[in-house]
Amino acid sequence: MENFNTVKELIEIAEKKEISLAQVVIDREIKITELSEAEVREKMKETLEVMRESVKPALNQDIKSMSGLTGGDAKLVDQARKEGKSLVGDLFSRIIANTLAVSELNSAMGKIVACPTAGSCGIMPGSLLTLAEEYQFEEEKIIEALFVASGFGMVIAKQASVSGAAGGCQAECGSASAMTAAAITYLMGGSNQAVASAAAVALKNLLGLVCDPVAGLVEVPCIKRNAIGSSNAVTAAEMALAGVESVIPIDEVITAMKEVGDALPESLKETSCGGLAVTPTACRIKKELQTESL
Amino acid sequence: MDNLSAFDMIGPVMIGPSSSHTAGAVRIGNLAKEIVNNEYQDIKIYFHGSFKETYKGHGTDRAIIGGLLGYKTDDPKIKDSLKTAAEMGIKFEFFPIKLENVHPNTVKLEITDVDGVNTTITASSVGGGKIVVTRLNNTELNLKGEYYTLITFHQDQPGLIAKISEILNIYNLNIAEMQVLRERKGHQATAIINLDHEIEDQILSLIRGIPGIKTSKLIKPLN
Ligand code: SF4
Repeated sequence: MENFNTVKELIEIAEKKEISLAQVVIDREIKITELSEAEVREKMKETLEVMRESVKPALNQDIKSMSGLTGGDAKLVDQARKEGKSLVGDLFSRIIANTLAVSELNSAMGKIVACPTAGSCGIMPGSLLTLAEEYQFEEEKIIEALFVASGFGMVIAKQASVSGAAGGCQAECGSASAMTAAAITYLMGGSNQAVASAAAVALKNLLGLVCDPVAGLVEVPCIKRNAIGSSNAVTAAEMALAGVESVIPIDEVITAMKEVGDALPESLKETSCGGLAVTPTACRIKKELQTESL
Repeated sequence: MDNLSAFDMIGPVMIGPSSSHTAGAVRIGNLAKEIVNNEYQDIKIYFHGSFKETYKGHGTDRAIIGGLLGYKTDDPKIKDSLKTAAEMGIKFEFFPIKLENVHPNTVKLEITDVDGVNTTITASSVGGGKIVVTRLNNTELNLKGEYYTLITFHQDQPGLIAKISEILNIYNLNIAEMQVLRERKGHQATAIINLDHEIEDQILSLIRGIPGIKTSKLIKPLN
């Protein structure tokens, strides 16, 4: 097994051994878990199944978050699409609705896959699985795309952070969007460089995004930010697949993300002491929730 | 990154919305269940800090009770745990509390089991679903649910700890960490021994048989 600390190293191993990016991540996983390749793939298949299931409930039922603050938006978008009212077309509209659906399920105490966190759990299933369904990819190929995404996630976690408290929302929704852009580009057959470019562009676009949850809850702005994370991932993949390259390489973008995260004040890192969390409306919501609380 | 798994990035599978306020709370409940190791009669739950502020929206109340009922962090039944516990005839109540020198995500549990035994546990959810029990009854400790942990309550006397180590040694049980606490020399003492492997009942009874040991508990690691 060869380990990698940067995306550059990940790609170098793949090229030296003439294997796919997914296989590099799978080989590493086999080594650290002492499981067989079949077992490692099976585990990802089970994870994929949970992801797939997590898209459905909020599209088919009226669900509300525990605070009562959110829920129902996935259905609205899906309904508009079904009525032929989508602005951006059927596929993109489904991506938005499916992403919202997973995030809404999370806020309603449903079963989700943290990717990389619970707050950003809608982006990967919302975009990757919707595209995989549209283009009818085989299960194994989707599983491989998920391994590629986790490889990129590991580099981000190692070089920067995937926690809103440590790096702001750029570290959560930004990382999720970059991982998803990489997964989509890999799934659609992009080159290793294109996969890296897609992740770089996606992360660049969300650089500086603050973490400012209203009333301290993973709801506002989190759920809608997932939809933006998906749109951004798809846009980045579209560019990368067309041959657009990121001027700044992904590893440097990750370092920049870490620097920006460190520079962000504590008030914008999950403390709910700044940004949207201290707007008059957020303060009112917080007060209302508190009166029904302990 | 050497021990980071692909499934740390795409995973864990969990009940939302928050790894610290939901999944962590379930794990606190799971560890408390291990410690109490009996059916419950009455549970009092005191939320501190961020747990107090946001417990409702994060379902921390359902998560703690779900954990006490033995549900794992990915069990959809967590959402209905309050109803389930009530149907089982368990009395439970939530209160606000202000504790000194604790992590913002802290909960204190006062549990009375069906035999009338009281257990008080203070625990914190420290991020990413990781937890630590910082107080068990009157003893301060550092229990994370990562090992098989043997806790003994005994009279502080020379040679007692050596006897425990000797028994563990004979059966080839490796001690990962050991902590011995006492109120005063010669008084009530507690040993917290983290082991890499499970202890069989037979070995446990040998340890319980050591003169001076009042009670002992074996706590299994959380998965
Ligand atoms: S705003 Fe904060 S809590 Fe919400 S998704 Fe982003 S990082 Fe997570």
